[in-house]
Amino acid sequence: MDLAFSKEEIAFREEVRAFFRDNVPPETRRKMVEGRHLSKDEMVAWWRILNKKGWGCSHWPKEYGGTGWTSVQHYIFNEELQMHPAPAPLAFGVSMVGPVIYTFGNEAQKKQYLPRIANVDDWWCQGFSEPGSGSDLASLKTKAERKGDKYIINGQKTWTTLAQHADMIFCLCRTDTNAKKQMGISFIVFDMKSKGVTVRPIETIDGGREVNEVFFDDVEVPVENLIGEENKGWDYAKFLLGNERTGIARVGVSKERLRRIKDLASKVEQNGKPVIEDQGFREKLAACEIELKALELTQLRVVADEGKHGKGKPNPASSVLKIKGSEIQQTTTELLMEVIGPFAAPYDIHGDDGSNETMDWTAQIAPSYFNNRKVSIYGGSNEIQRNIITKAVLGL
Amino acid sequence: MDFDLSEEQRLLKESIDGLLTDSYDFDARKKYQKEKGGWSKAVWGKLAEQGLLGLPFAEADGGFGAGAVETMIVMEALGKALVLEPYLATVVIGGGFLRHGGSAEQKAQHIPGIIDGSKTFAFAQLEKNSRYDLGDVATSAKKKGAGWVIDGEKFVVLNGENADTLIVTARTKGGQRDKTGIGVFLVPAAAKGVTRKGYPTQDGLHAADITLTGVEVGADAAIGDPENALPLIERVVDEARTAMCAEAVGAMDESLKATVEYLKTRKQFGVPIGSFQTLQHRAADMFVALEQARSMSMFATMAADFDSAKERATAVAAAKVQIGKSGKFIGQQSIQLHGGIGMTQEAKIGHYFKRLTMIENTFGDTDYHLRRVTDAGGLV
Repeated sequence: MDLAFSKEEIAFREEVRAFFRDNVPPETRRKMVEGRHLSKDEMVAWWRILNKKGWGCSHWPKEYGGTGWTSVQHYIFNEELQMHPAPAPLAFGVSMVGPVIYTFGNEAQKKQYLPRIANVDDWWCQGFSEPGSGSDLASLKTKAERKGDKYIINGQKTWTTLAQHADMIFCLCRTDTNAKKQMGISFIVFDMKSKGVTVRPIETIDGGREVNEVFFDDVEVPVENLIGEENKGWDYAKFLLGNERTGIARVGVSKERLRRIKDLASKVEQNGKPVIEDQGFREKLAACEIELKALELTQLRVVADEGKHGKGKPNPASSVLKIKGSEIQQTTTELLMEVIGPFAAPYDIHGDDGSNETMDWTAQIAPSYFNNRKVSIYGGSNEIQRNIITKAVLGL
Repeated sequence: MDFDLSEEQRLLKESIDGLLTDSYDFDARKKYQKEKGGWSKAVWGKLAEQGLLGLPFAEADGGFGAGAVETMIVMEALGKALVLEPYLATVVIGGGFLRHGGSAEQKAQHIPGIIDGSKTFAFAQLEKNSRYDLGDVATSAKKKGAGWVIDGEKFVVLNGENADTLIVTARTKGGQRDKTGIGVFLVPAAAKGVTRKGYPTQDGLHAADITLTGVEVGADAAIGDPENALPLIERVVDEARTAMCAEAVGAMDESLKATVEYLKTRKQFGVPIGSFQTLQHRAADMFVALEQARSMSMFATMAADFDSAKERATAVAAAKVQIGKSGKFIGQQSIQLHGGIGMTQEAKIGHYFKRLTMIENTFGDTDYHLRRVTDAGGLV
């Protein structure tokens, strides 16, 4: 057992760190530090810089533009990216649909989609959840009916993140209504500009507009847009959801936020001294840091295990990552709220696009706290994660 | 970065696990408890035979030159079996003082007896008012000729009733809470002026309150610098804390296993109670707590190689916080999920809970170590 990174890994970290320092647009970084939302153009501009460097879809196989890095290198890259901070590559393209296409898609689909995903020529969104199908995703009702060389799609998706920016959607649709619910689902991709697609924003409790409802009304999709086999979509969805096990802990995000908490807590005063000098507050902060250190080690155990023994058999500790990672992210936003206290109240009506620079950035603290309640809900709620531990780890 | 055990370490794990599977089920433990002193000389002999008592000592001193990871492996196994024998007091703490502070003569005199299992040690440190502060020492050691005269009272000295040799902290200079002026002394338990009042502890181990009245020892009794031994004490106690973290992980691991097994077999309302989601999720939370504790036990273990003493100490304190929290949660919930049967002396599960509880309150509880991490400026 050895906790230390190798010389090569340390050199790699320096390289990554230096690249972010020299290449992340300062405005982009500032907005992230201040918790402001980024525009589509700002995000895409940064991702293209990353892609030009060859790091846009780092974990893909080399033949499709990946880096061939080790598990530890991926870990270092993600951690540095989150801590800088800079926007992570668009998950819907790079982490979700990309791997499904290069694993289950045909040659034409690989050729058509993969380079455009890497360069964000297409912005992808995810059509999974429906109003009646959240945790019980397999009960989804959106229907794709085969008519000649087309699918006719009808139904509704919801919680579709950043669909307002999207060019393409990957969608779970029911293609066999008679089969058992998991068996009749297909994985279909299509153009968001197709006739019959309507996107309606959902305003979240923080005032944000990051999720949407998406309606399909007789949307015509060519049959060649089916990925893999018809009625095998559930398998691809499970593959997709299980693909990114370690990034979900978001240790770097929490580390960066702890840095912000300390920075802010040394500026805000109470009883004539900075909040950071308050023993009670400091102990809460330390308790959070200990939890985060434990999570970081748990993540490193999983990463090291994958590096040595491959991804075949998931390390049981990996199921801890989502639960603890989300809890800690939420705790850090609570601590920020505690620091700012009564000054959390002012609400920036332009907060979502971050355009109102006259509002102090502390106006973003409460929205961030409210918004972060989502992290224990999405990606399989923490209760679903407990079900997974119950079944897969404890055998109950 | 690597969290796997080496081939030798895997063999070590197999060997201790095998030994304890053969000779340390719960019924055997009850028997050992009734032996003189409260533990089994025969088991201690087996540990010696397999070389486990000599693990951390240098090869030149007759040991195997093993490191912190090997101690972690052993302690985790001892925790799983709820072992009563004084490995912590003798090998980890007694051995730790000799390894880190002992002179060549002291090593030659004491280490062979530890390795062959003929001698055990006890660390007489806690005082009426010292609580968790290692630098709060009222027991005095006054110069007399070339040697020392020790006077004071020590409490809850683990293995104090049985040990052949006591390692006593005593003040040679300054006020009760001064960081300097503290010495560490090897005192034969049979020395004139030593009185021991032994008793069992809540978790089934044995301890003693010890009074030292005009106990005379030679100049060669002092381990390290008799006027500045606090850094040595802190180092050895940090190793003891790290070892206890691993022991606690072993106890938590078995508690969870036993609890999950119980959920699968106990039936109510015509079904195994493990089919109820409330209980399933509680068990899942216990698993999360266990893995977080395991991670921090490994962190503390690997911190033994950190260059900075401050970072080392902070890592150990952080681990003790996590182990304290996880241990309390897993201990309490194991009882809860076992229901009434968990309340009985007869069931093993309650004994894990009691050991975990005592570990939390040894060498600094969760609040104490949280304050240490806080005062060190945190971990990030």
